[in-house]
Amino acid sequence: MTTPLDVEAIRKDFPLLEREIHGRRIVFLDSGASSLPPTQVTSAMTRYYESTHANVHRGVYATAEEATARYEAARVGVGRFLGTSAGADEVVFTKNCTESFNLLAKSWGAANLTSHDAVVLTEMEHHANIVPWQQLQQQVGFELRFIPVGDDYQLDLGDLDRLLEGAKLLSVTAMSNVLGTINPLKHLAARAHGAGALIAVDGAQSVPHLPTDVVGDDLDFLCFSAHKLYGPTGIGVLWAKAEHLAAMPAFLGGGGMIKDVRLDGFTAADGTQRFEAGTPPIAEAIGIHAAVDYLQGIGIEAVREHEQALTTYAFEALEAAFGDEVRIHGPGDGPGRGGVLSLTMGDIHAHDLAQVLDQVGVCVRPGHHCAKPLMRRFGLNATARASFGIYNDRDDVDVLVEGLADASRLFG
Amino acid sequence: MADLEELYREIILDHYRSPRNRGELPPPAHRVEGFNPLCGDEIVLSLLVEDDVVADVKIAGSGCSISQSSASLMSAAVKGKSVAEARKLVATFKQMMSIHEATLDDATEEPEPINLRALGELAALQGVVKFPVRIKCATLSWNTLTQGLDELGA
Ligand SMILES: Cc1ncc(COP(=O)(O)O)c(C=O)c1O
Repeated sequence: MTTPLDVEAIRKDFPLLEREIHGRRIVFLDSGASSLPPTQVTSAMTRYYESTHANVHRGVYATAEEATARYEAARVGVGRFLGTSAGADEVVFTKNCTESFNLLAKSWGAANLTSHDAVVLTEMEHHANIVPWQQLQQQVGFELRFIPVGDDYQLDLGDLDRLLEGAKLLSVTAMSNVLGTINPLKHLAARAHGAGALIAVDGAQSVPHLPTDVVGDDLDFLCFSAHKLYGPTGIGVLWAKAEHLAAMPAFLGGGGMIKDVRLDGFTAADGTQRFEAGTPPIAEAIGIHAAVDYLQGIGIEAVREHEQALTTYAFEALEAAFGDEVRIHGPGDGPGRGGVLSLTMGDIHAHDLAQVLDQVGVCVRPGHHCAKPLMRRFGLNATARASFGIYNDRDDVDVLVEGLADASRLFG
Repeated sequence: MADLEELYREIILDHYRSPRNRGELPPPAHRVEGFNPLCGDEIVLSLLVEDDVVADVKIAGSGCSISQSSASLMSAAVKGKSVAEARKLVATFKQMMSIHEATLDDATEEPEPINLRALGELAALQGVVKFPVRIKCATLSWNTLTQGLDELGA
Protein backbone atom coordinates (compact mmCIF):
# COMPACT_ATOMS: atom_id res chain seq x y z
CA MET A 1 0.00 0.00 0.00
CA THR A 2 1.32 3.40 -0.88
CA THR A 3 1.13 5.20 2.39
CA PRO A 4 3.13 7.96 3.93
CA LEU A 5 3.06 6.07 7.24
CA ASP A 6 4.95 2.98 8.27
CA VAL A 7 1.88 1.46 9.91
CA GLU A 8 3.65 -1.76 10.74
CA ALA A 9 6.21 0.12 12.82
CA ILE A 10 3.56 2.34 14.38
CA ARG A 11 1.48 -0.67 15.43
CA LYS A 12 4.39 -1.88 17.57
CA ASP A 13 3.89 1.19 19.78
CA PHE A 14 0.38 0.04 20.70
CA PRO A 15 0.50 -3.10 22.85
CA LEU A 16 -3.29 -3.30 23.02
CA LEU A 17 -3.30 -4.22 19.34
CA GLU A 18 -1.68 -7.53 20.26
CA ARG A 19 -4.84 -8.60 22.03
CA GLU A 20 -7.12 -11.21 20.63
CA ILE A 21 -10.89 -10.95 20.83
CA HIS A 22 -12.94 -14.13 20.39
CA GLY A 23 -9.81 -15.75 19.00
CA ARG A 24 -9.34 -13.02 16.40
CA ARG A 25 -6.81 -10.20 16.20
CA ILE A 26 -8.37 -7.01 17.54
CA VAL A 27 -9.31 -4.56 14.79
CA PHE A 28 -9.69 -1.24 16.52
CA LEU A 29 -11.94 1.06 14.50
CA ASP A 30 -13.19 3.29 17.31
CA SER A 31 -10.56 6.01 17.61
CA GLY A 32 -13.33 8.57 17.14
CA ALA A 33 -14.65 7.56 20.56
CA SER A 34 -11.26 7.14 22.19
CA SER A 35 -7.92 6.33 20.62
CA LEU A 36 -5.34 3.93 22.02
CA PRO A 37 -2.28 5.39 23.75
CA PRO A 38 1.19 4.40 22.49
CA THR A 39 3.80 3.21 24.99
CA GLN A 40 5.55 6.55 24.51
CA VAL A 41 2.59 8.14 26.32
CA THR A 42 2.03 5.54 29.02
CA SER A 43 5.73 5.23 29.82
CA ALA A 44 6.17 9.02 30.04
CA MET A 45 3.39 9.02 32.62
CA THR A 46 4.84 6.05 34.49
CA ARG A 47 8.29 7.61 34.50
CA TYR A 48 6.81 10.79 35.91
CA TYR A 49 5.04 8.90 38.70
CA GLU A 50 8.14 6.89 39.48
CA SER A 51 10.72 9.65 39.39
CA THR A 52 9.17 13.08 39.68
CA HIS A 53 5.69 13.06 41.15
CA ALA A 54 4.87 16.03 43.37
CA ASN A 55 2.12 18.61 43.49
CA VAL A 56 2.64 21.57 41.20
CA HIS A 57 2.84 25.29 41.94
CA ARG A 58 3.45 24.62 45.63
CA GLY A 59 6.65 22.95 46.80
CA VAL A 60 10.16 24.38 46.64
CA TYR A 61 11.94 21.05 46.72
CA ALA A 62 13.58 19.69 43.60
CA THR A 63 10.95 17.21 42.40
CA ALA A 64 8.15 19.70 43.00
CA GLU A 65 9.94 22.26 40.86
CA GLU A 66 10.55 19.63 38.24
CA ALA A 67 6.89 18.58 38.23
CA THR A 68 5.80 22.21 37.90
CA ALA A 69 8.24 22.79 35.06
CA ARG A 70 7.03 19.72 33.21
CA TYR A 71 3.38 20.58 33.75
CA GLU A 72 3.96 24.07 32.39
CA ALA A 73 6.05 22.71 29.52
CA ALA A 74 3.04 20.65 28.47
CA ARG A 75 1.10 23.86 27.77
CA VAL A 76 3.86 25.06 25.50
CA GLY A 77 4.11 21.71 23.70
CA VAL A 78 0.36 21.50 23.16
CA GLY A 79 0.28 25.11 22.00
CA ARG A 80 2.97 24.41 19.42
CA PHE A 81 0.93 21.47 18.12
CA LEU A 82 -2.00 23.85 17.64
CA GLY A 83 0.15 26.29 15.68
CA THR A 84 0.95 28.88 18.33
CA SER A 85 4.04 29.78 20.33
CA ALA A 86 1.86 31.28 23.06
CA GLY A 87 0.80 28.00 24.70
CA ALA A 88 2.10 29.08 28.11
CA ASP A 89 -0.55 31.79 28.26
CA GLU A 90 -3.28 30.23 26.15
CA VAL A 91 -3.58 26.51 26.95
CA VAL A 92 -5.90 25.74 29.87
CA PHE A 93 -6.08 22.14 31.04
CA THR A 94 -9.53 20.79 31.80
CA LYS A 95 -10.98 17.33 32.35
CA ASN A 96 -12.08 16.78 28.75
CA CYS A 97 -13.55 18.53 25.73
CA THR A 98 -16.94 18.62 27.43
CA GLU A 99 -15.54 20.48 30.43
CA SER A 100 -13.76 22.89 28.10
CA PHE A 101 -17.11 23.87 26.59
CA ASN A 102 -18.66 24.17 30.04
CA LEU A 103 -15.81 26.44 31.09
CA LEU A 104 -16.32 28.53 27.99
CA ALA A 105 -20.08 28.84 28.52
CA LYS A 106 -19.96 29.38 32.27
CA SER A 107 -17.06 31.83 32.25
CA TRP A 108 -16.96 33.67 28.91
CA GLY A 109 -20.64 33.10 28.19
CA ALA A 110 -21.98 34.19 31.56
CA ALA A 111 -19.81 37.32 31.48
CA ASN A 112 -20.63 38.32 27.91
CA LEU A 113 -24.14 37.18 27.07
CA THR A 114 -27.38 38.91 27.96
CA SER A 115 -30.97 38.25 26.97
CA HIS A 116 -30.48 40.46 23.89
CA ASP A 117 -27.63 38.39 22.49
CA ALA A 118 -27.39 35.36 20.26
CA VAL A 119 -25.06 32.38 19.98
CA VAL A 120 -24.85 30.48 16.70
CA LEU A 121 -24.26 26.72 16.70
CA THR A 122 -24.78 24.15 13.97
CA GLU A 123 -27.09 21.21 13.53
CA MET A 124 -24.11 18.84 13.44
CA GLU A 125 -22.74 19.56 16.91
CA HIS A 126 -21.91 17.01 19.56
CA HIS A 127 -24.01 17.44 22.71
CA ALA A 128 -20.88 18.88 24.37
CA ASN A 129 -21.27 21.97 22.19
CA ILE A 130 -25.04 22.23 22.64
CA VAL A 131 -26.07 21.46 26.20
CA PRO A 132 -23.73 23.91 28.03
CA TRP A 133 -25.19 26.71 25.88
CA GLN A 134 -28.73 25.53 26.54
CA GLN A 135 -28.02 25.47 30.27
CA LEU A 136 -26.72 29.02 30.14
CA GLN A 137 -29.64 30.03 27.97
CA GLN A 138 -32.02 28.82 30.67
CA GLN A 139 -30.35 31.23 33.11
CA VAL A 140 -29.69 34.20 30.86
CA GLY A 141 -32.25 33.91 28.10
CA PHE A 142 -30.23 34.65 24.94
CA GLU A 143 -31.11 33.29 21.53
CA LEU A 144 -29.60 30.07 20.20
CA ARG A 145 -29.49 29.75 16.42
CA PHE A 146 -28.42 26.78 14.38
CA ILE A 147 -26.74 26.63 10.99
CA PRO A 148 -28.64 23.88 9.16
CA VAL A 149 -27.02 20.86 7.55
CA GLY A 150 -27.90 20.24 3.90
CA ASP A 151 -28.72 16.95 2.23
CA ASP A 152 -25.10 16.97 1.04
CA TYR A 153 -24.02 16.66 4.71
CA GLN A 154 -22.42 20.11 4.55
CA LEU A 155 -23.27 23.18 6.59
CA ASP A 156 -25.77 25.24 4.62
CA LEU A 157 -24.17 28.68 4.80
CA GLY A 158 -26.77 30.36 2.58
CA ASP A 159 -28.34 32.18 5.51
CA LEU A 160 -25.19 32.71 7.54
CA ASP A 161 -25.19 36.51 7.41
CA ARG A 162 -28.67 36.62 8.88
CA LEU A 163 -27.82 33.99 11.49
CA LEU A 164 -24.74 35.93 12.58
CA GLU A 165 -26.55 39.24 12.82
CA GLY A 166 -26.17 40.48 16.39
CA ALA A 167 -24.51 37.22 17.46
CA LYS A 168 -21.61 37.29 19.92
CA LEU A 169 -20.30 33.80 19.25
CA LEU A 170 -20.22 31.16 16.54
CA SER A 171 -19.38 27.77 18.03
CA VAL A 172 -18.83 25.04 15.48
CA THR A 173 -17.23 21.64 15.13
CA ALA A 174 -14.15 21.38 12.93
CA MET A 175 -15.14 17.86 11.95
CA SER A 176 -18.40 16.03 12.57
CA ASN A 177 -18.00 12.93 14.72
CA VAL A 178 -20.94 11.32 12.89
CA LEU A 179 -20.64 12.43 9.27
CA GLY A 180 -16.92 13.07 8.99
CA THR A 181 -17.68 16.43 7.38
CA ILE A 182 -14.77 18.85 7.66
CA ASN A 183 -15.95 22.43 8.08
CA PRO A 184 -14.19 25.46 6.55
CA LEU A 185 -12.84 27.02 9.75
CA LYS A 186 -10.91 29.86 8.20
CA HIS A 187 -13.91 30.96 6.19
CA LEU A 188 -16.25 30.63 9.18
CA ALA A 189 -13.85 32.59 11.40
CA ALA A 190 -13.70 35.41 8.87
CA ARG A 191 -17.50 35.48 8.55
CA ALA A 192 -17.97 35.46 12.34
CA HIS A 193 -15.43 38.22 12.86
CA GLY A 194 -16.95 40.22 10.02
CA ALA A 195 -20.23 40.13 11.92
CA GLY A 196 -18.59 41.12 15.19
CA ALA A 197 -18.75 37.64 16.73
CA LEU A 198 -16.01 35.40 18.12
CA ILE A 199 -15.49 31.84 16.95
CA ALA A 200 -15.15 28.76 19.16
CA VAL A 201 -14.25 25.42 17.61
CA ASP A 202 -14.85 21.84 18.71
CA GLY A 203 -11.58 20.19 17.75
CA ALA A 204 -12.29 16.83 19.40
CA GLN A 205 -12.28 15.03 16.05
CA SER A 206 -10.03 17.33 14.03
CA VAL A 207 -7.01 17.92 16.25
CA PRO A 208 -5.95 14.22 16.22
CA HIS A 209 -6.42 13.80 12.47
CA LEU A 210 -5.92 17.11 10.65
CA PRO A 211 -3.35 19.88 10.86
CA THR A 212 -4.51 22.57 13.30
CA ASP A 213 -3.61 26.21 12.92
CA VAL A 214 -5.35 28.40 15.47
CA VAL A 215 -3.35 31.45 14.39
CA GLY A 216 -3.61 30.97 10.62
CA ASP A 217 -7.34 30.22 10.86
CA ASP A 218 -7.78 33.15 13.25
CA LEU A 219 -9.72 31.23 15.90
CA ASP A 220 -10.69 32.52 19.33
CA PHE A 221 -11.34 29.30 21.25
CA LEU A 222 -10.63 25.62 20.63
CA CYS A 223 -11.77 22.67 22.76
CA PHE A 224 -10.61 19.05 22.59
CA SER A 225 -9.78 15.93 24.62
CA ALA A 226 -6.45 14.13 25.00
CA HIS A 227 -7.99 10.66 24.94
CA LYS A 228 -8.92 10.95 21.26
CA LEU A 229 -5.42 12.26 20.54
CA TYR A 230 -3.51 9.11 21.56
CA GLY A 231 -3.19 10.63 25.02
CA PRO A 232 -4.62 9.69 28.41
CA THR A 233 -8.17 10.06 29.71
CA GLY A 234 -8.84 12.71 32.33
CA ILE A 235 -7.42 15.73 30.54
CA GLY A 236 -8.73 18.10 27.91
CA VAL A 237 -7.79 21.49 26.58
CA LEU A 238 -9.42 24.85 26.25
CA TRP A 239 -7.17 26.91 24.04
CA ALA A 240 -8.12 30.60 24.00
CA LYS A 241 -6.45 33.74 22.79
CA ALA A 242 -4.67 35.27 25.79
CA GLU A 243 -6.66 38.50 25.48
CA HIS A 244 -9.92 36.55 25.89
CA LEU A 245 -8.64 34.56 28.87
CA ALA A 246 -7.50 37.79 30.52
CA ALA A 247 -11.07 39.11 30.40
CA MET A 248 -12.78 35.92 31.54
CA PRO A 249 -13.89 35.37 35.15
CA ALA A 250 -12.75 32.28 37.05
CA PHE A 251 -14.64 29.03 36.52
CA LEU A 252 -14.39 26.57 39.43
CA GLY A 253 -13.21 27.98 42.76
CA GLY A 254 -10.68 26.71 45.28
CA GLY A 255 -6.95 26.41 45.67
CA GLY A 256 -4.60 27.07 42.79
CA MET A 257 -6.86 29.57 41.02
CA ILE A 258 -6.38 32.45 43.47
CA LYS A 259 -3.92 35.24 44.14
CA ASP A 260 -5.34 35.99 47.56
CA VAL A 261 -8.16 34.82 49.80
CA ARG A 262 -9.52 36.85 52.68
CA LEU A 263 -12.52 36.18 54.87
CA ASP A 264 -14.45 38.77 52.91
CA GLY A 265 -13.51 37.62 49.42
CA PHE A 266 -10.84 36.44 47.02
CA THR A 267 -8.70 37.71 44.17
CA ALA A 268 -8.38 35.31 41.24
CA ALA A 269 -5.02 34.35 39.79
CA ASP A 270 -3.93 35.66 36.40
CA GLY A 271 -3.53 33.70 33.21
CA THR A 272 -4.32 30.07 32.63
CA GLN A 273 -4.12 29.23 36.33
CA ARG A 274 -7.30 31.17 37.04
CA PHE A 275 -9.21 28.39 35.32
CA GLU A 276 -7.51 25.46 37.01
CA ALA A 277 -8.87 25.07 40.53
CA GLY A 278 -7.36 22.40 42.73
CA THR A 279 -4.60 19.93 41.91
CA PRO A 280 -4.59 19.57 38.14
CA PRO A 281 -4.14 16.34 36.13
CA ILE A 282 -0.33 16.47 36.23
CA ALA A 283 0.57 13.03 34.92
CA GLU A 284 -2.09 13.46 32.25
CA ALA A 285 -0.56 16.78 31.18
CA ILE A 286 2.74 14.96 30.75
CA GLY A 287 0.79 12.31 28.84
CA ILE A 288 -0.81 14.76 26.41
CA HIS A 289 2.57 16.39 25.91
CA ALA A 290 4.07 13.01 25.01
CA ALA A 291 1.10 12.38 22.69
CA VAL A 292 1.52 15.57 20.69
CA ASP A 293 5.28 14.97 20.52
CA TYR A 294 4.55 11.48 19.22
CA LEU A 295 2.19 12.81 16.53
CA GLN A 296 4.60 15.57 15.63
CA GLY A 297 7.28 12.92 15.18
CA ILE A 298 5.08 11.13 12.65
CA GLY A 299 3.88 14.36 11.09
CA ILE A 300 0.22 15.34 11.16
CA GLU A 301 0.20 15.92 7.38
CA ALA A 302 1.33 12.33 6.88
CA VAL A 303 -1.36 11.17 9.33
CA ARG A 304 -4.00 13.01 7.34
CA GLU A 305 -2.73 11.61 4.04
CA HIS A 306 -2.72 8.08 5.44
CA GLU A 307 -6.23 8.31 6.84
CA GLN A 308 -7.55 9.86 3.65
CA ALA A 309 -6.07 7.02 1.59
CA LEU A 310 -7.54 4.47 3.97
CA THR A 311 -10.94 6.15 3.74
CA THR A 312 -10.78 5.96 -0.05
CA TYR A 313 -9.94 2.27 0.20
CA ALA A 314 -12.86 1.69 2.60
CA PHE A 315 -15.31 3.49 0.29
CA GLU A 316 -14.20 1.30 -2.60
CA ALA A 317 -14.19 -1.94 -0.60
CA LEU A 318 -17.65 -1.33 0.86
CA GLU A 319 -19.07 -0.36 -2.52
CA ALA A 320 -17.56 -3.41 -4.19
CA ALA A 321 -18.79 -5.82 -1.52
CA PHE A 322 -22.24 -4.45 -0.76
CA GLY A 323 -23.29 -1.81 -3.28
CA ASP A 324 -26.42 -0.07 -2.00
CA GLU A 325 -26.86 -2.48 0.88
CA VAL A 326 -24.38 -0.50 2.98
CA ARG A 327 -24.84 3.24 3.34
CA ILE A 328 -22.18 5.66 4.52
CA HIS A 329 -23.94 8.62 6.11
CA GLY A 330 -21.74 11.55 5.29
CA PRO A 331 -20.02 13.29 2.39
CA GLY A 332 -18.59 11.18 -0.41
CA ASP A 333 -14.94 10.31 -0.45
CA GLY A 334 -12.61 13.26 -0.90
CA PRO A 335 -10.69 16.00 0.86
CA GLY A 336 -13.84 17.36 2.53
CA ARG A 337 -14.22 14.45 4.91
CA GLY A 338 -12.26 12.66 7.59
CA GLY A 339 -11.88 8.97 8.41
CA VAL A 340 -15.22 8.56 10.13
CA LEU A 341 -17.66 6.17 8.48
CA SER A 342 -21.18 6.07 9.90
CA LEU A 343 -22.63 2.89 8.48
CA THR A 344 -26.03 1.35 8.16
CA MET A 345 -26.76 -1.91 6.39
CA GLY A 346 -30.28 -2.41 5.11
CA ASP A 347 -32.68 -2.53 8.05
CA ILE A 348 -30.16 -4.07 10.41
CA HIS A 349 -29.87 -2.07 13.59
CA ALA A 350 -26.47 -0.62 14.39
CA HIS A 351 -26.34 -2.52 17.65
CA ASP A 352 -26.74 -5.80 15.88
CA LEU A 353 -24.13 -4.82 13.31
CA ALA A 354 -21.66 -3.92 16.05
CA GLN A 355 -22.39 -7.17 17.84
CA VAL A 356 -21.63 -9.28 14.80
CA LEU A 357 -18.52 -7.21 14.08
CA ASP A 358 -17.30 -7.80 17.62
CA GLN A 359 -17.37 -11.49 16.87
CA VAL A 360 -14.60 -11.03 14.29
CA GLY A 361 -12.65 -8.71 16.59
CA VAL A 362 -13.82 -5.44 15.02
CA CYS A 363 -14.49 -2.56 17.44
CA VAL A 364 -16.98 -0.01 16.10
CA ARG A 365 -19.35 2.27 17.94
CA PRO A 366 -23.12 1.83 17.58
CA GLY A 367 -25.58 4.51 18.61
CA HIS A 368 -26.42 8.17 18.17
CA HIS A 369 -22.88 9.36 18.93
CA CYS A 370 -24.06 12.15 21.25
CA ALA A 371 -25.42 14.11 18.31
CA LYS A 372 -29.15 13.53 18.58
CA PRO A 373 -30.28 16.68 16.74
CA LEU A 374 -28.12 15.65 13.77
CA MET A 375 -29.40 12.07 13.85
CA ARG A 376 -32.97 13.36 13.94
CA ARG A 377 -32.22 15.67 11.02
CA PHE A 378 -31.37 12.61 8.91
CA GLY A 379 -34.09 10.40 10.39
CA LEU A 380 -31.49 8.06 11.87
CA ASN A 381 -31.93 6.15 15.08
CA ALA A 382 -28.40 4.78 15.24
CA THR A 383 -25.43 4.07 13.02
CA ALA A 384 -22.41 1.83 13.42
CA ARG A 385 -19.42 4.12 13.23
CA ALA A 386 -16.01 2.96 12.10
CA SER A 387 -13.28 5.54 12.59
CA PHE A 388 -9.65 5.37 11.59
CA GLY A 389 -6.42 6.18 13.38
CA ILE A 390 -2.72 6.03 12.68
CA TYR A 391 -2.53 2.29 13.46
CA ASN A 392 -5.22 1.16 11.01
CA ASP A 393 -4.51 -0.29 7.61
CA ARG A 394 -6.21 -1.99 4.69
CA ASP A 395 -6.28 -5.34 6.48
CA ASP A 396 -8.49 -3.75 9.12
CA VAL A 397 -10.91 -2.58 6.44
CA ASP A 398 -10.95 -6.08 4.97
CA VAL A 399 -11.96 -7.59 8.32
CA LEU A 400 -14.68 -4.94 8.62
CA VAL A 401 -16.03 -6.05 5.25
CA GLU A 402 -15.88 -9.68 6.34
CA GLY A 403 -17.85 -8.91 9.52
CA LEU A 404 -20.46 -6.92 7.61
CA ALA A 405 -20.90 -9.86 5.25
CA ASP A 406 -21.55 -12.08 8.30
CA ALA A 407 -24.21 -9.64 9.47
CA SER A 408 -25.82 -9.59 6.06
CA ARG A 409 -26.04 -13.38 6.08
CA LEU A 410 -27.41 -13.56 9.62
CA PHE A 411 -30.08 -10.90 9.31
CA GLY A 412 -30.68 -10.82 5.58
CA MET B 1 -19.81 -17.86 15.99
CA ALA B 2 -21.34 -20.18 18.59
CA ASP B 3 -22.13 -17.39 21.04
CA LEU B 4 -23.70 -15.27 18.36
CA GLU B 5 -26.04 -18.05 17.39
CA GLU B 6 -27.02 -18.36 21.02
CA LEU B 7 -27.82 -14.65 21.08
CA TYR B 8 -29.66 -14.53 17.81
CA ARG B 9 -31.84 -17.62 18.15
CA GLU B 10 -34.31 -18.32 15.38
CA ILE B 11 -37.28 -17.31 17.57
CA ILE B 12 -35.66 -13.96 18.22
CA LEU B 13 -34.96 -13.31 14.57
CA ASP B 14 -38.52 -14.35 13.75
CA HIS B 15 -40.03 -11.89 16.24
CA TYR B 16 -37.66 -9.21 14.98
CA ARG B 17 -38.64 -9.75 11.35
CA SER B 18 -42.36 -10.20 12.06
CA PRO B 19 -43.10 -8.39 15.30
CA ARG B 20 -46.38 -9.31 17.02
CA ASN B 21 -48.87 -6.75 18.32
CA ARG B 22 -47.26 -3.96 16.38
CA GLY B 23 -48.86 -0.50 16.54
CA GLU B 24 -50.59 1.81 18.98
CA LEU B 25 -53.94 1.68 20.76
CA PRO B 26 -56.28 4.69 20.96
CA PRO B 27 -57.36 6.07 24.34
CA PRO B 28 -58.42 4.94 26.88
CA ALA B 29 -55.37 2.72 26.46
CA HIS B 30 -52.42 4.00 28.47
CA ARG B 31 -49.33 5.09 26.55
CA VAL B 32 -45.81 4.70 27.99
CA GLU B 33 -42.48 5.46 26.38
CA GLY B 34 -39.23 3.73 27.20
CA PHE B 35 -35.76 4.82 26.09
CA ASN B 36 -32.39 3.23 26.15
CA PRO B 37 -30.27 6.38 25.96
CA LEU B 38 -27.09 4.42 25.34
CA CYS B 39 -28.12 3.09 21.98
CA GLY B 40 -31.25 5.01 21.08
CA ASP B 41 -33.71 2.12 21.36
CA GLU B 42 -37.25 3.44 21.77
CA ILE B 43 -40.38 1.60 22.82
CA VAL B 44 -43.88 3.00 22.78
CA LEU B 45 -46.15 0.71 24.73
CA SER B 46 -49.93 0.97 24.55
CA LEU B 47 -51.54 -0.79 27.44
CA LEU B 48 -55.21 -1.52 28.02
CA VAL B 49 -56.01 -2.92 31.46
CA GLU B 50 -59.59 -3.94 32.15
CA ASP B 51 -60.79 -5.71 35.29
CA ASP B 52 -57.22 -6.45 36.37
CA VAL B 53 -56.48 -8.11 33.06
CA VAL B 54 -54.03 -6.93 30.39
CA ALA B 55 -56.80 -6.79 27.79
CA ASP B 56 -54.60 -5.50 24.98
CA VAL B 57 -51.08 -4.37 24.36
CA LYS B 58 -49.34 -2.89 21.35
CA ILE B 59 -45.76 -1.98 20.65
CA ALA B 60 -44.34 0.81 18.52
CA GLY B 61 -40.89 2.36 18.32
CA SER B 62 -37.61 1.20 16.90
CA GLY B 63 -34.42 -0.39 18.00
CA CYS B 64 -32.15 -3.37 17.73
CA SER B 65 -33.25 -6.95 17.19
CA ILE B 66 -32.94 -7.76 20.87
CA SER B 67 -35.05 -4.85 22.14
CA GLN B 68 -37.66 -5.28 19.42
CA SER B 69 -37.96 -9.05 19.63
CA SER B 70 -38.06 -8.91 23.42
CA ALA B 71 -40.91 -6.40 23.20
CA SER B 72 -42.74 -8.56 20.68
CA LEU B 73 -42.28 -11.69 22.79
CA MET B 74 -43.40 -9.79 25.86
CA SER B 75 -46.56 -8.50 24.21
CA ALA B 76 -47.52 -12.01 23.15
CA ALA B 77 -46.77 -13.36 26.61
CA VAL B 78 -48.72 -10.86 28.70
CA LYS B 79 -51.73 -10.22 26.48
CA GLY B 80 -54.80 -11.70 28.14
CA LYS B 81 -52.99 -12.40 31.38
CA SER B 82 -54.07 -11.01 34.73
CA VAL B 83 -52.03 -8.08 36.02
CA ALA B 84 -50.66 -10.30 38.79
CA GLU B 85 -49.56 -12.93 36.28
CA ALA B 86 -47.98 -10.29 34.06
CA ARG B 87 -46.03 -8.86 36.98
CA LYS B 88 -44.87 -12.31 37.95
CA LEU B 89 -43.64 -12.88 34.41
CA VAL B 90 -41.73 -9.60 34.53
CA ALA B 91 -40.04 -10.74 37.73
CA THR B 92 -39.12 -14.15 36.29
CA PHE B 93 -37.81 -12.58 33.08
CA LYS B 94 -35.69 -10.06 34.93
CA GLN B 95 -34.38 -12.84 37.12
CA MET B 96 -33.24 -14.67 34.00
CA MET B 97 -31.53 -11.50 32.78
CA SER B 98 -29.63 -11.02 36.04
CA ILE B 99 -28.37 -14.53 36.52
CA HIS B 100 -25.14 -13.82 34.70
CA GLU B 101 -24.20 -10.96 36.97
CA ALA B 102 -25.09 -13.06 40.00
CA THR B 103 -22.76 -15.88 38.93
CA LEU B 104 -20.01 -13.39 38.11
CA ASP B 105 -20.20 -11.94 41.62
CA ASP B 106 -18.88 -15.28 42.89
CA ALA B 107 -22.16 -15.43 44.70
CA THR B 108 -21.99 -17.69 47.70
CA GLU B 109 -25.73 -18.13 47.59
CA GLU B 110 -27.12 -20.25 44.83
CA PRO B 111 -29.39 -18.12 42.70
CA GLU B 112 -33.00 -19.20 42.96
CA PRO B 113 -33.80 -21.63 40.18
CA ILE B 114 -35.64 -19.96 37.34
CA ASN B 115 -38.83 -21.43 36.10
CA LEU B 116 -37.80 -21.47 32.45
CA ARG B 117 -40.90 -23.37 31.51
CA ALA B 118 -43.04 -20.47 32.76
CA LEU B 119 -41.17 -18.27 30.29
CA GLY B 120 -42.02 -20.38 27.26
CA GLU B 121 -40.67 -18.79 24.10
CA LEU B 122 -39.12 -16.04 26.19
CA ALA B 123 -36.45 -18.47 27.30
CA ALA B 124 -34.94 -17.91 23.84
CA LEU B 125 -33.63 -14.61 25.17
CA GLN B 126 -31.49 -16.46 27.68
CA GLY B 127 -28.41 -16.11 25.47
CA VAL B 128 -28.48 -12.35 26.03
CA VAL B 129 -26.99 -12.69 29.51
CA LYS B 130 -23.66 -13.57 27.91
CA PHE B 131 -23.66 -10.11 26.33
CA PRO B 132 -23.98 -7.78 29.34
CA VAL B 133 -24.32 -4.61 27.25
CA ARG B 134 -27.37 -6.07 25.52
CA ILE B 135 -29.26 -6.90 28.73
CA LYS B 136 -30.55 -3.32 28.78
CA CYS B 137 -31.93 -3.86 25.27
CA ALA B 138 -33.75 -7.01 26.35
CA THR B 139 -35.23 -5.52 29.53
CA LEU B 140 -36.31 -2.17 28.05
CA SER B 141 -39.86 -3.24 27.16
CA TRP B 142 -40.28 -5.07 30.45
CA ASN B 143 -39.30 -2.05 32.48
CA THR B 144 -41.65 0.00 30.35
CA LEU B 145 -44.44 -2.46 31.08
CA THR B 146 -43.78 -2.21 34.82
CA GLN B 147 -43.83 1.56 34.55
CA GLY B 148 -47.14 1.44 32.69
CA LEU B 149 -48.75 -0.89 35.23
CA ASP B 150 -47.48 1.30 38.07
CA GLU B 151 -48.84 4.43 36.44
CA LEU B 152 -52.22 2.76 36.04
CA GLY B 153 -52.13 1.72 39.69
CA ALA B 154 -52.74 -1.79 38.46
C1 LIG C 1 -17.03 16.26 18.16
C2 LIG C 1 -16.94 15.90 19.60
N1 LIG C 1 -17.06 16.86 20.52
C3 LIG C 1 -16.97 16.61 21.84
C4 LIG C 1 -16.76 15.34 22.31
C5 LIG C 1 -16.71 15.12 23.79
O1 LIG C 1 -15.49 14.66 24.22
P1 LIG C 1 -15.31 14.20 25.72
O2 LIG C 1 -16.33 13.14 25.97
O3 LIG C 1 -13.92 13.70 25.79
O4 LIG C 1 -15.55 15.39 26.58
C6 LIG C 1 -16.63 14.31 21.38
C7 LIG C 1 -16.40 12.92 21.83
O5 LIG C 1 -17.26 12.10 21.96
C8 LIG C 1 -16.72 14.59 20.00
O6 LIG C 1 -16.62 13.63 19.09
